[in-house]
Amino acid sequence: MGYVAIADRDHEIEHHDPQTFITKYVWSQDHKVIAIQYGVTAIFVGLIALGLSAMMRLQLGFPDSFSFINPENYYQFITMHGMIMVIYLLTALFLGGFGNYLIPLMCGSRDMVFPFLNMLSYWVYLLSVIILIASFFVPGGSTGAGWTLYPPQAILPGTPGVDWGILLMLASLAVFIVAFTMGGLNYVTTVLQARCRGMTLMRMPLSVWGIFIATILGLLAFPALLVSAIMMLLDKTIATSFFMPAISSMGVDPGYTGGSPILFQHLFWFFGHPEVYIVALPAFGIVSDLLSTHARKNIFGYRMMVWAIIAIGGLSFIVWAHHMYVSGMNPYFGFFFATTTLIIAVPTAIKVYNWVLTLWEGNIHLRVPMLFAIAFIFTFIHGGLTGLFLGNVTIDLPLSDTYFVVAHFHMVMGVSPVLVVFGAIYHWWPKITGRMYHEGLGKWHFWMTFLGTYSIYLPMHYLGFAGVPRRYFAMGNTEFLPESAQDLNAWITMSALFVAATQVLFFINVIWSLKKGPKADPNPWDATTLEWQTPDNPPKHGNWGHELPECHRWAYDYSVPGYKDDFIPQNVPASDAAPAGRDHGVEH
Amino acid sequence: MEIGLIVLAAMLATLLGWILKQSFNTQPWLAEVVDETANQAPFNARPKLVALTAFLAVVTSFFALILSAYSLRMELGDWIPLTEPQLLWVNTGVLVLASVAFQWTRNIAVREATPRLMPGLLLSGVLTMVFLAGQWIAWQQLNASGQYMTSNPSNAFFFLLTGIHGLHILGGMYVWARATVKAFGGDVDAVRHSVELCTIYWHFLLLVWLVLFGLMLST
Amino acid sequence: MPLAVVLILLVVGSLVFHVLSPWTFTPLASNWGLIDFTIDITFWVTGAVFVAVNLFMAYCVIKFRYKKDAQATYEPENKKLETWLTALTAVGVAAMLTPGLFVWADFVNVPDDAHEVEAVGQQWHWSYRYPGVDGKFGEVDAERISSDNPFGMDPDDPNGQDDVLIMHPEARLPIDKPVKFLLRSKDVLHDFAIAQFRVKMDLVPGMQTFLWLTPTALGRFELLCEELCGIAHHTMRGAVIVEESDDFDAWLAAQPTYSEITAQAAGNAAVGAGQYIVCAACHGQQGEGLAALNAPKLAGQSAWYMKRQLQNYKSGARGAHADDVFGRQMVPMAATLADDAAINNVVAHIQTFPDVPAPATIDGDVENGAKLYNVCAYCHGDQAQGIEAMNAPRAAGMSDWYLARQLQNFKDGIRGSHPTDYYGFQMGFMARVLHDEQAINDLVAYINTL
Repeated sequence: MGYVAIADRDHEIEHHDPQTFITKYVWSQDHKVIAIQYGVTAIFVGLIALGLSAMMRLQLGFPDSFSFINPENYYQFITMHGMIMVIYLLTALFLGGFGNYLIPLMCGSRDMVFPFLNMLSYWVYLLSVIILIASFFVPGGSTGAGWTLYPPQAILPGTPGVDWGILLMLASLAVFIVAFTMGGLNYVTTVLQARCRGMTLMRMPLSVWGIFIATILGLLAFPALLVSAIMMLLDKTIATSFFMPAISSMGVDPGYTGGSPILFQHLFWFFGHPEVYIVALPAFGIVSDLLSTHARKNIFGYRMMVWAIIAIGGLSFIVWAHHMYVSGMNPYFGFFFATTTLIIAVPTAIKVYNWVLTLWEGNIHLRVPMLFAIAFIFTFIHGGLTGLFLGNVTIDLPLSDTYFVVAHFHMVMGVSPVLVVFGAIYHWWPKITGRMYHEGLGKWHFWMTFLGTYSIYLPMHYLGFAGVPRRYFAMGNTEFLPESAQDLNAWITMSALFVAATQVLFFINVIWSLKKGPKADPNPWDATTLEWQTPDNPPKHGNWGHELPECHRWAYDYSVPGYKDDFIPQNVPASDAAPAGRDHGVEH
Repeated sequence: MEIGLIVLAAMLATLLGWILKQSFNTQPWLAEVVDETANQAPFNARPKLVALTAFLAVVTSFFALILSAYSLRMELGDWIPLTEPQLLWVNTGVLVLASVAFQWTRNIAVREATPRLMPGLLLSGVLTMVFLAGQWIAWQQLNASGQYMTSNPSNAFFFLLTGIHGLHILGGMYVWARATVKAFGGDVDAVRHSVELCTIYWHFLLLVWLVLFGLMLST
Repeated sequence: MPLAVVLILLVVGSLVFHVLSPWTFTPLASNWGLIDFTIDITFWVTGAVFVAVNLFMAYCVIKFRYKKDAQATYEPENKKLETWLTALTAVGVAAMLTPGLFVWADFVNVPDDAHEVEAVGQQWHWSYRYPGVDGKFGEVDAERISSDNPFGMDPDDPNGQDDVLIMHPEARLPIDKPVKFLLRSKDVLHDFAIAQFRVKMDLVPGMQTFLWLTPTALGRFELLCEELCGIAHHTMRGAVIVEESDDFDAWLAAQPTYSEITAQAAGNAAVGAGQYIVCAACHGQQGEGLAALNAPKLAGQSAWYMKRQLQNYKSGARGAHADDVFGRQMVPMAATLADDAAINNVVAHIQTFPDVPAPATIDGDVENGAKLYNVCAYCHGDQAQGIEAMNAPRAAGMSDWYLARQLQNFKDGIRGSHPTDYYGFQMGFMARVLHDEQAINDLVAYINTL
């Protein structure tokens, strides 16, 4: 018997309606429910990480004022904050959350091709989160090695959590990678195998493209993290010397010989740099769709956008050592990696131009998702441009390991993707829940988040110029820093606390909408992509009722000249669209 | 890192070539240019095969990265090459036979309408278990001669590589066991596809082993 | 509309902030002006893009905001425009990259006439080695590192005998002479970074890394470790003092070489007994300490620590602060010890005293103290026994009232704020974690239980 894709099992649709609460919401194999599970879990751990950052900021803004912060738990805070935000929040939310929700709906399929594996992926992810959280409560607490977990320090006694914390951290990462691989294989296979009729690759919305390429990056890059985690575990538990050289730690010889800490860094960043794009590419894709929809205009330069995503994805594998310019690696590598790194700026810049040109001669609705999308362009330009400082090997000499780096990657990898996350949640909220959110609250949430975060990170770059090193528990008195540097740090802390507090608005909005929100129109934004054309809102298990959609056009038929409506959904055949005169596309 | 990069570049180039073929010179906004029915063929083909291929790419990346680490670590001062146990030659031969057995089973599964799969499945499984046992004995031989995992980085890599390779085979054995149980129950149709996928997986792991073994012998 | 206005304001505001910010690069003190030049180019290029793209976006938001009867243009792509933008971007990128690569080539190629200095990092201290008159460094090996041989020197290597060992975090350099820093770590990753010099590089255990520069300004420049190296990372500070050539030569000549250090006679306890008579008046015949006279227990304290403190009293690094009432009393007493040999002798004598634990005089919440002690244990050891390699003295079994007072002094900056009290400076950072007297008492009460 050959395998029959779910897409072909029209006669089995009744099986798609699980009845009990448990099968419907807990052990669910519906990609939409799994997406929500992923999303809620990721946002939950993200809130923990947000709390940790507030603790760090309290110490940095007002040193030695809080008795519950000391150097030991401070370094645990920064480590767990970074690790959670990068891996357990952003990666899981974009791919496990949005990837799960959008791929089948946008591609016009009933579900992921392997729903059981999909469910398993979520539960294994949850297990990794539980192991991660458990590490807070073991003797010695979680690891404080910094999210990069550089050996030798990560497994030597000068670092917090060296007994249990680091073991659980590495174990949790390994489990996460397993979960991600299960999910990732599913996403790739679904995109390749389960698209509906007529949905050619080049008709896919850019969201799917971004998620698709990011998944491929993840599948190929996460093994590097797994390799380094396994080797570090062995170095820690049975004293092999993969990464550990002969050293004298606190006057004691721990018995290692000849390993290479730099080897770990190569492996780590071979994963770590693509990881940046694992987060960024889905954000790129999603923001493209948001801009196009709310500007009522086709995305400008679609093909260029697709190729830029692919080019960025490919290039991201040969730029990793720009994190290591001052690591002591062979300095001649600097020439190569500076060049590749700055080359990657070109496709990235093209994406920015195309987003802005999408606005040009559009008819821009400044609804909440659009506000977030435009703010994303602003912060991403800022973060991208500061990347040109750090990528250029010479400028990295004074700036690496300073607040400039912290400000840069938070702008480009923290603020920008999070703005997209919020934009995307507001955008698809009516589809996910079937209810509208509160526009006014959403706008307040936007303004406070956008202005607040800029007020955190713009000044932070300047502390970096002045030479404030990152990962310092306290600066103390230094001769080369003006005293006002501490005032600026206090300002940054106030801004950070403000932003953290205003996120309450988002949750109020969520609760309000779930309880009292007006019922949403199935396609409130007049969008063209398939997820807005489902027969039910929110879509039921199986998504499409009895008949799968057919795709007849690309995802960006907005304001096509000569048509009555300013959008034509992807599933409308050329003959059915209501032309007010000539047929579209003829003159192109 | 060169090994990792070369392997990765090859995989990415393949992917890129395929995507370019799909997208080159299409102008997606021109509805008329795309033949509405042209893209049916790859659809609903064999998702499990596609997923397995993707998974093999992941595993390739994984092993390529360990080998990159191997080649980097090898250049450092404290590296003493390990003399691999002779038994590994026998093990290699057994793994080749297991692969051949799977190929034979697969051919039967594909060709015949009501294939008898049990002999082939059992033979492949037993040979594979012999391989795993052989690897285990090779470990014991090394330990008995005082060559522990921690004695030298080359030892550490030997145990790591063989261990991870063995774990991958064990994973395959899980699928094999499920298929065998089903085939024993007579549900031959359900097993056919599994046998095909297992065969690909076994060939792949044989290839990985040959690369690992060759590399360890040559250094 | 508000969005467009805000975007414009943010662009203008960022520029104003950039121009007015007092937080900017420190004045350059090395030859690396070209780095600053590359940064300037990058500022101009990226600044132009930042302003242009964002203002264009703001313009779009205003001009093409939603109007009921308006319709967006349908324009899938514009090859000409896209090509132009790509080419322009490539030119901008090349303009930034090219100078960057040339400067990096300078950095990679060390001038032949550069003299060498080795900077050694460990948790959480710096030390230095100069090659001595022969200009060659002796062999070192991590396996040989011990408290007697903190650099891991090879005792049989003739090149190493004249190496000058600087066992504190303050190095000196002659002005206008290129110097190559050889960087070595004993334990974990560290990073050698001086803001005014612009260049930095990691120290990697198991290998040697380097950076080079030519100091061009006189003065004292702070050295920071900028690679996370454990919980006291932020206290791993040092300094490089740039002097005129003659001053530097004189300083270097006065520093001990490896052979001088190894040849140093051990302290003579018998001779020290005579000198100890002065000390005994307050500290007691057996070094047991006397709270009434504010003299702490000495018996059982590590020799290296007592030597360092006596030297600090002599040099003014300790006991010079106006509020350090009791420390000031110690200064003239320490002055009675003429030289390092005398210090060694008296310390050797103190080492002969029986170590009877000092009586506990301070009450506190032991449980809370145990929690607080977690941080201390990293350097002072689980049993507060003191670890020489960490420059951390013993605290258990010593006078607890003294311990409490010193913690307060560290916290208040009465002790540890002198620029050459290098290790006291670190303790100052750590003591500030203790928020009030109660915390100090709790901590000390816990240490009493060890």
